[in-house]
Amino acid sequence: MSKKRGKQTYVIDTDVFIKNTATIAGPLEGKGNFAEYYDEVLENDSWGCKSYEKTEIKMRKNVIDNLIRKEGITEYDLDCIMGGDLLNQIVPTAFSAREFEVPYLGMYEACSTFGECLAVGAMLVDGGFMTNLLCSTSSHNGTAERQYRLPLELGSQPSPVCQWTVTGTGAVLLTNTGDKQPKIKSVTIGKIVDLGIIDPSNMGAAMAPAATDTIVTHLRDMDRKPEYYDMIVTGDLGKYGRDLLHFLAKEEGYELANVLNDCGSMIYTDKQRATQGGSGAGCSSLVFSSYFYKEMLKGNFRKILLVPTGALLSKISSLQGESIPGVAHAIDIEL
Amino acid sequence: MEIFLLYLRVFATGGTFCLIGQILINKTKMNTARILVLFLSIGVILEATGLWMYVEGFGASGATIPIVGFGASLARGAINGAKIGILPALTMGLESVAGGLTAVIVFGLFFGLVSRSRTKKM
Repeated sequence: MSKKRGKQTYVIDTDVFIKNTATIAGPLEGKGNFAEYYDEVLENDSWGCKSYEKTEIKMRKNVIDNLIRKEGITEYDLDCIMGGDLLNQIVPTAFSAREFEVPYLGMYEACSTFGECLAVGAMLVDGGFMTNLLCSTSSHNGTAERQYRLPLELGSQPSPVCQWTVTGTGAVLLTNTGDKQPKIKSVTIGKIVDLGIIDPSNMGAAMAPAATDTIVTHLRDMDRKPEYYDMIVTGDLGKYGRDLLHFLAKEEGYELANVLNDCGSMIYTDKQRATQGGSGAGCSSLVFSSYFYKEMLKGNFRKILLVPTGALLSKISSLQGESIPGVAHAIDIEL
Repeated sequence: MEIFLLYLRVFATGGTFCLIGQILINKTKMNTARILVLFLSIGVILEATGLWMYVEGFGASGATIPIVGFGASLARGAINGAKIGILPALTMGLESVAGGLTAVIVFGLFFGLVSRSRTKKM
């Protein structure tokens, strides 16, 4: 029987467990809402490295080491390290993976990379190709600001609609054997949606239509109501983006008000002036691997639809006046 | 009292430029580089139309230190040069801002050597 449901959804009918997670958060995230859920919080943003790129590489290497140690396995037990980040040629991911003698798959889809990794990873494990697969994504405020906007040295003022790139990384271990850990039950691969937003600081508006499309398609494909889930949580739409998603979903006939939330809007406290909230490839992986995973283990959430969202722009494309394509993948995670 | 009023004028003039810049950041989709170029061009236009002397007379260094003042001196140098000949029209613009430009390079180098960038505070 085909694993495909509807237009874009794939049912994972064997057990694919999210066996364990590890996280490292930056100093500002460590003062945020989920401070007690992180495994490790950095004291400063450079962590003794000469450049922020080196810091991000070190964060990634350490989070993989930590996950391997927590799980009591060695790197030789891993079938593959899969991951991505926000920099050109996903350098931090590749450079951290060179420290391990493990096959490597680099992924890039901006802030939705975590969704892409979980979707592809779950299908690889479900297909019987791999048994221990490590997925991790990361971002660093200092490196991403330079990559997408302006160098920190310029000290320019942020726009009120822009978001704050999260410094942090989260890693998860996907396996086919487990006990009471959350399982990935189905995945929806999203389409690229571009409604012509050209303002690169307003990424919530660019990504919200893609998130709406993916969530609505997932609910239709699986023939579910939003209330089936304890929470539908998007990656980094920010506060405006979340409101926009709520509005767009209502037009499609789905009322998400009671279940919708957003990792980027949740990560910082209101006192931290992060304008719209957090963003970045590390945002959804950090929040899922810490808060949601640990709350799921406690049984406080039983069914979550994780929808990491990505804005697929580059500095060049936005300077040339191109609009910003958005994408989102939905991962149905249940106890 | 006299000096207090002068400081107040300087602060108000510089502050007004900053306020206009902040409004542009909040209300338009212009990025900071474009706003910078816009301010510089406004300085050139003000100088060329002869309005700059009133702004500078009122705001003193509050007017000359921001990028608008840089545009105005650039234009003033070029206009003065044009009265002498074609070549001075091309060279004297930069000559009149050479002090500012060299200060940027010297202090940029110095602070680049003694400090390093950090993530902004929220």
